[in-house]
Amino acid sequence: MDTGLLIEKLILAILLFVVSLGIAAYSTYFERKLAAWIQDRVGPDRAGPFGILQPIADGVKMFMKEDFTPTNADRWLFILGPGIAMFTALMTSAVIPWGTDITLFGRTIALQVADLNIGILFIFGIISIGVYGIMIGGWASNNKYSRFGAIRASSQMISYELAMGISAITIIMLSGGLGLNDIVKAQHGMNWNIFYQPVCFLVFFICALAETNRAPFDLPECESELIGGYHTEYSSMKLGLFLFAEYVAMFVSSALISILFFGGYNFPGMDSFSGNTLALLSVAAFFTKTFLMIFLFMWIRWTIPRFRFDQLMHLGWKVLIPISIINMLVTGIVIAFNEGWIKF
Amino acid sequence: MESLTNRKKVVSDKPMTFMEKLYLPAIFKGMFITLKHMFKKNNTIKYPEEQRVFAPVYRGMHVLKRDEHGRENCTACGLCAVACPAEAITMVAGERQKGEEGLYREEKYAEIYEINMLRCIFCGLCEEACPKEAVFLTDRIVPTEFERNEFIYGKDVLVEPLNDRIDVTKRQHTGTRSEI
Repeated sequence: MDTGLLIEKLILAILLFVVSLGIAAYSTYFERKLAAWIQDRVGPDRAGPFGILQPIADGVKMFMKEDFTPTNADRWLFILGPGIAMFTALMTSAVIPWGTDITLFGRTIALQVADLNIGILFIFGIISIGVYGIMIGGWASNNKYSRFGAIRASSQMISYELAMGISAITIIMLSGGLGLNDIVKAQHGMNWNIFYQPVCFLVFFICALAETNRAPFDLPECESELIGGYHTEYSSMKLGLFLFAEYVAMFVSSALISILFFGGYNFPGMDSFSGNTLALLSVAAFFTKTFLMIFLFMWIRWTIPRFRFDQLMHLGWKVLIPISIINMLVTGIVIAFNEGWIKF
Repeated sequence: MESLTNRKKVVSDKPMTFMEKLYLPAIFKGMFITLKHMFKKNNTIKYPEEQRVFAPVYRGMHVLKRDEHGRENCTACGLCAVACPAEAITMVAGERQKGEEGLYREEKYAEIYEINMLRCIFCGLCEEACPKEAVFLTDRIVPTEFERNEFIYGKDVLVEPLNDRIDVTKRQHTGTRSEI
Protein backbone atom coordinates (compact mmCIF):
# COMPACT_ATOMS: atom_id res chain seq x y z
CA MET A 1 0.00 0.00 0.00
CA ASP A 2 1.21 3.46 -0.88
CA THR A 3 1.97 5.31 2.38
CA GLY A 4 1.61 8.70 0.68
CA LEU A 5 -1.92 7.84 -0.34
CA LEU A 6 -2.72 6.74 3.18
CA ILE A 7 -1.44 9.98 4.71
CA GLU A 8 -3.17 12.06 2.05
CA LYS A 9 -6.51 10.36 2.62
CA LEU A 10 -6.10 10.59 6.40
CA ILE A 11 -5.44 14.33 6.23
CA LEU A 12 -8.37 14.78 3.88
CA ALA A 13 -10.67 12.79 6.16
CA ILE A 14 -9.65 14.74 9.25
CA LEU A 15 -10.01 18.01 7.36
CA LEU A 16 -13.44 16.95 6.18
CA PHE A 17 -14.43 16.00 9.73
CA VAL A 18 -13.35 19.38 11.07
CA VAL A 19 -14.96 21.30 8.21
CA SER A 20 -18.27 19.43 8.54
CA LEU A 21 -18.39 20.07 12.27
CA GLY A 22 -17.35 23.69 11.85
CA ILE A 23 -19.95 24.33 9.19
CA ALA A 24 -22.59 22.56 11.27
CA ALA A 25 -21.68 24.69 14.29
CA TYR A 26 -21.88 27.89 12.31
CA SER A 27 -25.13 26.76 10.68
CA THR A 28 -26.71 26.85 14.13
CA TYR A 29 -25.51 30.42 14.52
CA PHE A 30 -26.60 31.38 11.04
CA GLU A 31 -29.96 29.70 11.47
CA ARG A 32 -30.64 31.73 14.60
CA LYS A 33 -29.53 34.92 12.88
CA LEU A 34 -31.68 34.19 9.84
CA ALA A 35 -34.69 33.40 12.01
CA ALA A 36 -34.14 36.69 13.79
CA TRP A 37 -33.93 38.66 10.57
CA ILE A 38 -37.06 37.05 9.20
CA GLN A 39 -38.88 37.86 12.43
CA ASP A 40 -37.55 41.45 12.57
CA ARG A 41 -35.26 40.69 15.51
CA VAL A 42 -31.52 41.02 16.07
CA GLY A 43 -30.58 37.46 17.00
CA PRO A 44 -27.53 36.36 19.02
CA ASP A 45 -25.13 39.31 19.21
CA ARG A 46 -23.61 39.15 22.68
CA ALA A 47 -20.85 36.51 22.46
CA GLY A 48 -18.07 38.22 20.55
CA PRO A 49 -18.51 40.69 17.68
CA PHE A 50 -21.91 40.06 16.04
CA GLY A 51 -22.23 37.04 18.32
CA ILE A 52 -19.86 34.89 16.26
CA LEU A 53 -18.66 33.03 19.37
CA GLN A 54 -22.22 31.89 20.09
CA PRO A 55 -21.72 28.30 18.80
CA ILE A 56 -18.73 27.88 21.13
CA ALA A 57 -20.73 29.25 24.05
CA ASP A 58 -23.56 26.85 23.18
CA GLY A 59 -21.13 23.94 23.00
CA VAL A 60 -19.65 24.79 26.40
CA LYS A 61 -23.15 25.12 27.82
CA MET A 62 -24.11 21.70 26.44
CA PHE A 63 -21.05 20.08 28.04
CA MET A 64 -21.67 21.75 31.39
CA LYS A 65 -25.26 20.51 31.67
CA GLU A 66 -26.18 17.53 33.80
CA ASP A 67 -26.08 14.34 31.76
CA PHE A 68 -29.35 12.76 32.79
CA THR A 69 -30.50 9.21 32.04
CA PRO A 70 -34.10 8.28 32.91
CA THR A 71 -34.48 5.38 35.38
CA ASN A 72 -36.42 3.13 33.04
CA ALA A 73 -34.36 3.91 29.96
CA ASP A 74 -32.22 1.26 28.32
CA ARG A 75 -28.81 2.67 29.22
CA TRP A 76 -26.75 1.37 26.31
CA LEU A 77 -29.28 2.06 23.59
CA PHE A 78 -29.84 5.47 25.13
CA ILE A 79 -26.16 6.25 24.57
CA LEU A 80 -26.07 4.52 21.19
CA GLY A 81 -28.89 6.64 19.70
CA PRO A 82 -27.13 10.02 19.43
CA GLY A 83 -23.90 8.20 18.53
CA ILE A 84 -25.47 6.58 15.48
CA ALA A 85 -27.15 9.83 14.46
CA MET A 86 -23.85 11.71 14.52
CA PHE A 87 -21.82 8.87 13.01
CA THR A 88 -24.05 8.41 9.98
CA ALA A 89 -24.35 12.15 9.43
CA LEU A 90 -20.55 12.42 9.24
CA MET A 91 -20.09 9.21 7.19
CA THR A 92 -21.93 10.46 4.13
CA SER A 93 -19.46 13.24 3.41
CA ALA A 94 -16.76 10.64 2.61
CA VAL A 95 -17.85 10.03 -0.98
CA ILE A 96 -18.57 13.64 -1.91
CA PRO A 97 -16.16 15.12 -4.49
CA TRP A 98 -15.26 18.57 -3.18
CA GLY A 99 -13.32 19.83 -6.21
CA THR A 100 -11.10 18.93 -9.13
CA ASP A 101 -7.71 17.30 -8.53
CA ILE A 102 -5.16 19.40 -6.71
CA THR A 103 -1.36 19.06 -7.11
CA LEU A 104 0.69 19.38 -3.93
CA PHE A 105 4.36 18.32 -3.44
CA GLY A 106 4.34 16.64 -6.83
CA ARG A 107 1.34 14.46 -6.00
CA THR A 108 -2.04 14.69 -7.66
CA ILE A 109 -4.60 14.55 -4.91
CA ALA A 110 -8.27 13.91 -5.58
CA LEU A 111 -10.43 16.03 -3.29
CA GLN A 112 -12.63 13.10 -2.41
CA VAL A 113 -11.97 10.68 0.45
CA ALA A 114 -13.34 7.63 -1.31
CA ASP A 115 -14.29 7.51 -4.98
CA LEU A 116 -16.79 4.66 -4.67
CA ASN A 117 -18.26 3.57 -7.96
CA ILE A 118 -21.60 3.22 -6.16
CA GLY A 119 -21.31 6.58 -4.35
CA ILE A 120 -24.97 7.49 -4.50
CA LEU A 121 -26.10 4.08 -3.25
CA PHE A 122 -23.64 4.41 -0.38
CA ILE A 123 -25.15 7.76 0.57
CA PHE A 124 -28.69 6.38 0.45
CA GLY A 125 -27.64 3.41 2.53
CA ILE A 126 -26.00 5.53 5.20
CA ILE A 127 -28.86 8.03 5.31
CA SER A 128 -31.26 5.15 5.91
CA ILE A 129 -29.14 3.99 8.84
CA GLY A 130 -29.33 7.54 10.17
CA VAL A 131 -32.94 7.05 11.17
CA TYR A 132 -31.85 4.22 13.47
CA GLY A 133 -30.20 6.82 15.66
CA ILE A 134 -33.53 8.57 16.11
CA MET A 135 -35.48 5.32 16.41
CA ILE A 136 -33.16 3.75 18.97
CA GLY A 137 -32.89 7.00 20.91
CA GLY A 138 -36.64 7.47 20.99
CA TRP A 139 -37.29 3.84 21.87
CA ALA A 140 -34.66 3.61 24.60
CA SER A 141 -35.96 6.76 26.33
CA ASN A 142 -39.04 4.78 27.42
CA ASN A 143 -41.26 7.80 27.08
CA LYS A 144 -44.50 8.16 25.14
CA TYR A 145 -43.48 11.30 23.33
CA SER A 146 -40.08 9.97 22.42
CA ARG A 147 -41.62 6.79 21.09
CA PHE A 148 -44.12 8.73 19.00
CA GLY A 149 -41.28 10.81 17.61
CA ALA A 150 -39.34 7.65 16.78
CA ILE A 151 -42.33 6.03 15.07
CA ARG A 152 -43.00 9.15 13.07
CA ALA A 153 -39.36 9.43 12.07
CA SER A 154 -39.23 5.88 10.78
CA SER A 155 -42.50 6.04 8.84
CA GLN A 156 -41.53 9.40 7.38
CA MET A 157 -38.15 8.01 6.37
CA ILE A 158 -39.69 5.00 4.61
CA SER A 159 -42.22 7.15 2.76
CA TYR A 160 -39.80 9.75 1.49
CA GLU A 161 -36.86 7.46 0.77
CA LEU A 162 -38.90 5.96 -2.09
CA ALA A 163 -39.60 9.19 -3.93
CA MET A 164 -36.06 10.34 -3.25
CA GLY A 165 -34.58 7.13 -4.64
CA ILE A 166 -36.73 7.23 -7.77
CA SER A 167 -35.78 10.83 -8.49
CA ALA A 168 -32.13 9.93 -7.94
CA ILE A 169 -32.53 7.10 -10.51
CA THR A 170 -33.59 9.74 -13.05
CA ILE A 171 -30.32 11.58 -12.47
CA ILE A 172 -28.36 8.33 -12.67
CA MET A 173 -29.99 7.60 -16.03
CA LEU A 174 -28.95 11.02 -17.30
CA SER A 175 -25.34 10.78 -16.18
CA GLY A 176 -24.89 7.08 -16.78
CA GLY A 177 -23.00 6.26 -13.59
CA LEU A 178 -23.60 5.61 -9.90
CA GLY A 179 -20.40 7.26 -8.70
CA LEU A 180 -20.79 10.87 -7.58
CA ASN A 181 -17.69 11.73 -9.60
CA ASP A 182 -19.35 10.45 -12.78
CA ILE A 183 -22.45 12.48 -12.03
CA VAL A 184 -20.42 15.64 -11.49
CA LYS A 185 -18.28 15.10 -14.60
CA ALA A 186 -21.39 14.66 -16.73
CA GLN A 187 -22.44 18.21 -15.77
CA HIS A 188 -19.30 19.93 -17.04
CA GLY A 189 -19.41 23.72 -17.18
CA MET A 190 -22.96 24.97 -17.10
CA ASN A 191 -24.51 21.69 -18.23
CA TRP A 192 -26.35 21.25 -14.93
CA ASN A 193 -29.06 18.70 -14.34
CA ILE A 194 -31.48 21.27 -12.93
CA PHE A 195 -32.04 22.60 -16.46
CA TYR A 196 -33.07 19.14 -17.67
CA GLN A 197 -34.86 17.90 -14.55
CA PRO A 198 -36.62 20.72 -12.66
CA VAL A 199 -39.46 18.45 -11.51
CA CYS A 200 -37.00 15.86 -10.32
CA PHE A 201 -35.15 18.57 -8.39
CA LEU A 202 -38.36 19.68 -6.70
CA VAL A 203 -39.23 16.14 -5.63
CA PHE A 204 -35.70 15.43 -4.47
CA PHE A 205 -35.49 18.69 -2.55
CA ILE A 206 -38.80 18.09 -0.74
CA CYS A 207 -37.64 14.59 0.15
CA ALA A 208 -34.31 15.94 1.36
CA LEU A 209 -36.17 18.28 3.70
CA ALA A 210 -38.10 15.30 5.03
CA GLU A 211 -35.01 13.08 5.32
CA THR A 212 -33.10 15.64 7.37
CA ASN A 213 -36.17 16.22 9.59
CA ARG A 214 -36.25 19.89 8.76
CA ALA A 215 -39.36 22.04 8.88
CA PRO A 216 -41.98 21.73 7.43
CA PHE A 217 -41.33 18.01 7.92
CA ASP A 218 -39.87 18.09 11.44
CA LEU A 219 -42.65 15.89 12.80
CA PRO A 220 -40.30 13.59 14.78
CA GLU A 221 -39.44 16.48 17.09
CA CYS A 222 -42.61 18.52 16.67
CA GLU A 223 -42.47 20.66 19.84
CA SER A 224 -46.11 21.62 19.94
CA GLU A 225 -47.39 18.03 20.03
CA LEU A 226 -44.52 15.86 21.24
CA ILE A 227 -42.58 18.17 23.61
CA GLY A 228 -39.27 17.43 21.90
CA GLY A 229 -40.14 14.21 20.08
CA TYR A 230 -37.34 11.67 20.08
CA HIS A 231 -34.99 13.84 22.14
CA THR A 232 -37.47 14.67 24.92
CA GLU A 233 -35.48 12.72 27.52
CA TYR A 234 -32.05 13.74 26.30
CA SER A 235 -29.88 16.34 27.93
CA SER A 236 -26.31 17.57 27.90
CA MET A 237 -24.07 16.65 24.98
CA LYS A 238 -26.27 13.71 23.97
CA LEU A 239 -28.94 16.22 23.07
CA GLY A 240 -26.20 18.32 21.55
CA LEU A 241 -25.16 15.43 19.31
CA PHE A 242 -28.74 14.92 18.12
CA LEU A 243 -29.17 18.60 17.30
CA PHE A 244 -25.72 18.75 15.76
CA ALA A 245 -26.33 15.66 13.64
CA GLU A 246 -29.30 17.44 12.10
CA TYR A 247 -27.09 20.29 10.98
CA VAL A 248 -24.35 17.99 9.69
CA ALA A 249 -27.02 16.06 7.78
CA MET A 250 -28.34 19.33 6.39
CA PHE A 251 -24.84 20.28 5.23
CA VAL A 252 -24.29 16.90 3.58
CA SER A 253 -27.67 16.84 1.87
CA SER A 254 -27.09 20.39 0.62
CA ALA A 255 -23.80 19.16 -0.81
CA LEU A 256 -25.56 16.18 -2.36
CA ILE A 257 -28.22 18.38 -3.96
CA SER A 258 -25.50 20.65 -5.36
CA ILE A 259 -23.81 17.58 -6.86
CA LEU A 260 -26.92 16.01 -8.32
CA PHE A 261 -28.58 19.12 -9.70
CA PHE A 262 -26.23 22.11 -9.66
CA GLY A 263 -23.15 20.55 -11.18
CA GLY A 264 -21.14 20.01 -7.98
CA TYR A 265 -17.81 21.77 -8.37
CA ASN A 266 -18.50 22.76 -12.00
CA PHE A 267 -18.89 26.43 -12.74
CA PRO A 268 -19.40 28.33 -16.00
CA GLY A 269 -16.15 29.24 -17.72
CA MET A 270 -14.10 26.61 -15.90
CA ASP A 271 -12.24 25.62 -19.07
CA SER A 272 -10.16 28.79 -19.00
CA PHE A 273 -8.48 27.71 -15.74
CA SER A 274 -6.27 24.74 -15.01
CA GLY A 275 -4.22 23.11 -12.27
CA ASN A 276 -4.44 24.34 -8.70
CA THR A 277 -6.29 27.55 -9.60
CA LEU A 278 -9.07 25.45 -11.09
CA ALA A 279 -9.06 23.21 -8.04
CA LEU A 280 -9.42 26.11 -5.60
CA LEU A 281 -12.06 27.84 -7.72
CA SER A 282 -14.01 24.60 -8.03
CA VAL A 283 -13.95 24.08 -4.26
CA ALA A 284 -15.14 27.68 -3.83
CA ALA A 285 -17.92 27.12 -6.38
CA PHE A 286 -18.98 23.94 -4.67
CA PHE A 287 -19.12 25.54 -1.23
CA THR A 288 -21.02 28.55 -2.58
CA LYS A 289 -23.67 26.25 -3.99
CA THR A 290 -23.80 24.24 -0.79
CA PHE A 291 -24.18 27.35 1.36
CA LEU A 292 -26.93 28.65 -0.89
CA MET A 293 -28.72 25.32 -0.45
CA ILE A 294 -28.31 25.54 3.33
CA PHE A 295 -29.72 29.06 3.17
CA LEU A 296 -32.69 27.74 1.21
CA PHE A 297 -33.24 25.00 3.81
CA MET A 298 -33.31 27.60 6.59
CA TRP A 299 -35.38 30.08 4.65
CA ILE A 300 -38.04 27.41 4.12
CA ARG A 301 -37.94 26.42 7.77
CA TRP A 302 -38.77 29.93 8.91
CA THR A 303 -41.49 30.42 6.30
CA ILE A 304 -43.67 27.33 6.13
CA PRO A 305 -45.67 25.90 9.04
CA ARG A 306 -45.34 22.22 9.97
CA PHE A 307 -47.37 19.57 8.16
CA ARG A 308 -49.98 17.46 9.87
CA PHE A 309 -49.00 13.82 9.90
CA ASP A 310 -51.72 12.61 7.49
CA GLN A 311 -50.83 15.46 5.12
CA LEU A 312 -47.23 14.33 5.26
CA MET A 313 -48.16 10.77 4.34
CA HIS A 314 -50.53 12.00 1.63
CA LEU A 315 -47.81 14.16 0.11
CA GLY A 316 -45.25 11.38 0.24
CA TRP A 317 -47.26 8.47 -1.12
CA LYS A 318 -49.93 10.02 -3.30
CA VAL A 319 -48.12 13.00 -4.76
CA LEU A 320 -44.34 12.72 -4.77
CA ILE A 321 -44.04 9.02 -5.66
CA PRO A 322 -46.39 9.19 -8.69
CA ILE A 323 -44.70 12.39 -9.89
CA SER A 324 -41.25 10.90 -9.59
CA ILE A 325 -42.28 7.64 -11.32
CA ILE A 326 -43.85 9.52 -14.24
CA ASN A 327 -40.80 11.76 -14.44
CA MET A 328 -38.53 8.71 -14.49
CA LEU A 329 -40.58 7.03 -17.23
CA VAL A 330 -40.64 10.14 -19.42
CA THR A 331 -36.91 10.65 -18.97
CA GLY A 332 -36.30 7.01 -19.85
CA ILE A 333 -38.38 7.26 -23.04
CA VAL A 334 -36.60 10.48 -24.10
CA ILE A 335 -33.21 8.90 -23.50
CA ALA A 336 -34.25 5.82 -25.46
CA PHE A 337 -35.30 8.01 -28.40
CA ASN A 338 -32.08 10.00 -28.31
CA GLU A 339 -29.94 6.88 -28.22
CA GLY A 340 -31.97 5.37 -31.05
CA TRP A 341 -33.14 2.32 -29.08
CA ILE A 342 -36.75 2.94 -30.08
CA LYS A 343 -37.61 3.62 -33.71
CA PHE A 344 -40.94 4.20 -35.37
CA MET B 1 -77.62 41.58 12.37
CA GLU B 2 -75.67 44.64 11.43
CA SER B 3 -71.95 44.06 11.76
CA LEU B 4 -69.91 46.37 13.98
CA THR B 5 -66.89 46.56 11.72
CA ASN B 6 -66.27 46.24 8.02
CA ARG B 7 -63.70 43.48 8.61
CA LYS B 8 -66.26 40.68 8.43
CA LYS B 9 -65.30 37.90 6.04
CA VAL B 10 -67.61 35.23 4.70
CA VAL B 11 -65.96 31.85 5.22
CA SER B 12 -66.49 29.30 2.50
CA ASP B 13 -65.31 25.72 2.15
CA LYS B 14 -65.37 25.54 -1.63
CA PRO B 15 -63.04 22.90 -3.07
CA MET B 16 -59.57 24.17 -3.87
CA THR B 17 -58.69 24.92 -7.46
CA PHE B 18 -55.82 23.12 -9.14
CA MET B 19 -53.44 26.03 -8.63
CA GLU B 20 -54.30 26.14 -4.94
CA LYS B 21 -53.81 22.41 -4.62
CA LEU B 22 -50.30 22.75 -5.99
CA TYR B 23 -49.43 24.82 -2.89
CA LEU B 24 -46.24 26.00 -4.59
CA PRO B 25 -47.51 29.48 -5.59
CA ALA B 26 -48.59 30.08 -1.99
CA ILE B 27 -45.24 28.81 -0.72
CA PHE B 28 -43.31 31.12 -3.05
CA LYS B 29 -45.50 34.01 -1.96
CA GLY B 30 -44.75 33.21 1.67
CA MET B 31 -41.04 32.93 1.00
CA PHE B 32 -41.08 36.28 -0.74
CA ILE B 33 -42.72 37.80 2.34
CA THR B 34 -40.07 36.37 4.67
CA LEU B 35 -37.36 37.56 2.26
CA LYS B 36 -38.75 41.09 2.46
CA HIS B 37 -38.66 40.91 6.25
CA MET B 38 -34.99 39.91 6.17
CA PHE B 39 -34.11 43.39 4.98
CA LYS B 40 -36.47 45.27 7.24
CA LYS B 41 -35.22 47.45 10.06
CA ASN B 42 -35.83 45.90 13.45
CA ASN B 43 -37.11 47.84 16.43
CA THR B 44 -34.95 46.16 19.05
CA ILE B 45 -33.60 48.39 21.82
CA LYS B 46 -30.31 46.78 22.92
CA TYR B 47 -30.91 47.37 26.61
CA PRO B 48 -27.70 47.94 28.52
CA GLU B 49 -26.24 50.08 25.72
CA GLU B 50 -29.36 52.00 24.79
CA GLN B 51 -32.37 52.69 26.96
CA ARG B 52 -35.96 53.27 26.14
CA VAL B 53 -37.14 56.83 26.74
CA PHE B 54 -39.51 56.65 29.68
CA ALA B 55 -42.78 58.52 29.98
CA PRO B 56 -42.73 61.28 32.63
CA VAL B 57 -45.14 59.26 34.76
CA TYR B 58 -43.01 56.08 34.67
CA ARG B 59 -42.97 54.28 38.02
CA GLY B 60 -39.64 52.55 38.69
CA MET B 61 -37.39 52.09 41.72
CA HIS B 62 -38.26 54.09 44.83
CA VAL B 63 -36.25 56.85 46.41
CA LEU B 64 -36.44 58.29 49.94
CA LYS B 65 -36.00 62.01 49.47
CA ARG B 66 -34.00 64.45 51.54
CA ASP B 67 -34.99 68.11 51.83
CA GLU B 68 -32.95 71.06 50.57
CA HIS B 69 -30.70 70.90 53.70
CA GLY B 70 -30.01 67.23 53.19
CA ARG B 71 -32.29 66.01 55.98
CA GLU B 72 -34.41 62.91 55.49
CA ASN B 73 -38.05 63.76 54.87
CA CYS B 74 -39.47 60.49 56.15
CA THR B 75 -41.06 60.58 59.60
CA ALA B 76 -41.99 56.87 59.73
CA CYS B 77 -45.72 57.60 59.92
CA GLY B 78 -46.42 54.30 58.20
CA LEU B 79 -49.03 55.62 55.78
CA CYS B 80 -47.14 54.22 52.82
CA ALA B 81 -47.06 50.78 54.42
CA VAL B 82 -50.80 51.00 55.07
CA ALA B 83 -51.50 52.14 51.54
CA CYS B 84 -49.34 49.46 49.97
CA PRO B 85 -51.63 46.83 48.40
CA ALA B 86 -48.79 44.34 48.10
CA GLU B 87 -47.62 44.82 51.70
CA ALA B 88 -44.11 45.36 50.51
CA ILE B 89 -43.11 48.14 52.90
CA THR B 90 -42.02 47.73 56.52
CA MET B 91 -40.43 50.25 58.83
CA VAL B 92 -39.27 50.79 62.37
CA ALA B 93 -39.57 54.31 63.79
CA GLY B 94 -36.88 55.95 65.87
CA GLU B 95 -36.63 59.18 67.92
CA ARG B 96 -34.26 61.88 66.84
CA GLN B 97 -31.56 62.48 69.43
CA LYS B 98 -29.84 65.77 70.21
CA GLY B 99 -27.27 66.60 67.57
CA GLU B 100 -29.06 64.70 64.84
CA GLU B 101 -31.02 67.73 63.61
CA GLY B 102 -28.94 67.84 60.46
CA LEU B 103 -29.87 64.26 59.59
CA TYR B 104 -33.62 64.10 60.08
CA ARG B 105 -36.11 66.85 59.45
CA GLU B 106 -38.56 65.99 62.24
CA GLU B 107 -38.30 64.45 65.70
CA LYS B 108 -39.37 61.05 64.50
CA TYR B 109 -37.60 59.21 61.71
CA ALA B 110 -37.38 55.72 60.17
CA GLU B 111 -34.59 53.64 61.70
CA ILE B 112 -35.31 50.83 59.32
CA TYR B 113 -37.20 51.30 56.08
CA GLU B 114 -37.45 48.29 53.81
CA ILE B 115 -39.22 47.69 50.51
CA ASN B 116 -39.42 44.16 49.15
CA MET B 117 -38.94 44.69 45.45
CA LEU B 118 -40.26 41.22 44.66
CA ARG B 119 -43.60 42.08 46.30
CA CYS B 120 -43.81 45.64 45.02
CA ILE B 121 -46.16 46.11 42.09
CA PHE B 122 -45.01 49.67 41.37
CA CYS B 123 -48.53 51.08 41.70
CA GLY B 124 -47.31 54.34 43.26
CA LEU B 125 -49.84 54.36 46.10
CA CYS B 126 -47.05 54.81 48.68
CA GLU B 127 -46.03 57.99 46.98
CA GLU B 128 -49.64 59.15 46.85
CA ALA B 129 -50.13 58.36 50.55
CA CYS B 130 -46.96 60.11 51.73
CA PRO B 131 -47.79 63.40 53.52
CA LYS B 132 -44.13 64.46 53.78
CA GLU B 133 -43.08 64.10 50.11
CA ALA B 134 -40.56 61.53 51.27
CA VAL B 135 -41.08 58.52 49.04
CA PHE B 136 -41.16 58.75 45.27
CA LEU B 137 -41.01 56.34 42.39
CA THR B 138 -38.30 57.24 39.90
CA ASP B 139 -37.44 56.32 36.34
CA ARG B 140 -34.62 54.05 37.51
CA ILE B 141 -34.92 50.32 36.78
CA VAL B 142 -34.67 47.80 39.62
CA PRO B 143 -31.59 45.73 38.78
CA THR B 144 -31.71 41.93 38.74
CA GLU B 145 -30.12 39.94 41.56
CA PHE B 146 -29.16 36.32 42.08
CA GLU B 147 -30.52 35.96 45.63
CA ARG B 148 -34.07 36.59 46.76
CA ASN B 149 -33.08 38.47 49.92
CA GLU B 150 -31.04 40.93 47.90
CA PHE B 151 -34.32 42.26 46.59
CA ILE B 152 -35.26 43.63 50.03
CA TYR B 153 -34.01 47.17 49.75
CA GLY B 154 -33.05 48.96 52.94
CA LYS B 155 -32.27 52.58 53.59
CA ASP B 156 -28.75 52.15 52.21
CA VAL B 157 -30.21 51.76 48.74
CA LEU B 158 -33.39 53.78 49.03
CA VAL B 159 -32.28 57.07 50.62
CA GLU B 160 -30.91 59.42 48.00
CA PRO B 161 -27.21 60.17 48.34
CA LEU B 162 -26.34 63.72 49.40
CA ASN B 163 -23.96 64.33 46.55
CA ASP B 164 -26.14 62.65 43.92
CA ARG B 165 -29.67 64.01 44.32
CA ILE B 166 -32.42 62.35 42.32
CA ASP B 167 -34.76 64.50 40.31
CA VAL B 168 -38.42 63.71 41.01
CA THR B 169 -39.98 66.96 39.78
CA LYS B 170 -41.77 65.09 37.02
CA ARG B 171 -43.49 62.92 39.61
CA GLN B 172 -44.25 65.75 42.00
CA HIS B 173 -46.72 67.22 39.55
CA THR B 174 -48.71 64.09 38.93
CA GLY B 175 -51.02 64.68 41.90
CA THR B 176 -52.22 68.01 40.57
CA ARG B 177 -52.17 67.38 36.90
CA SER B 178 -54.17 70.48 36.00
CA GLU B 179 -51.19 72.67 36.92
CA ILE B 180 -48.93 71.20 34.24
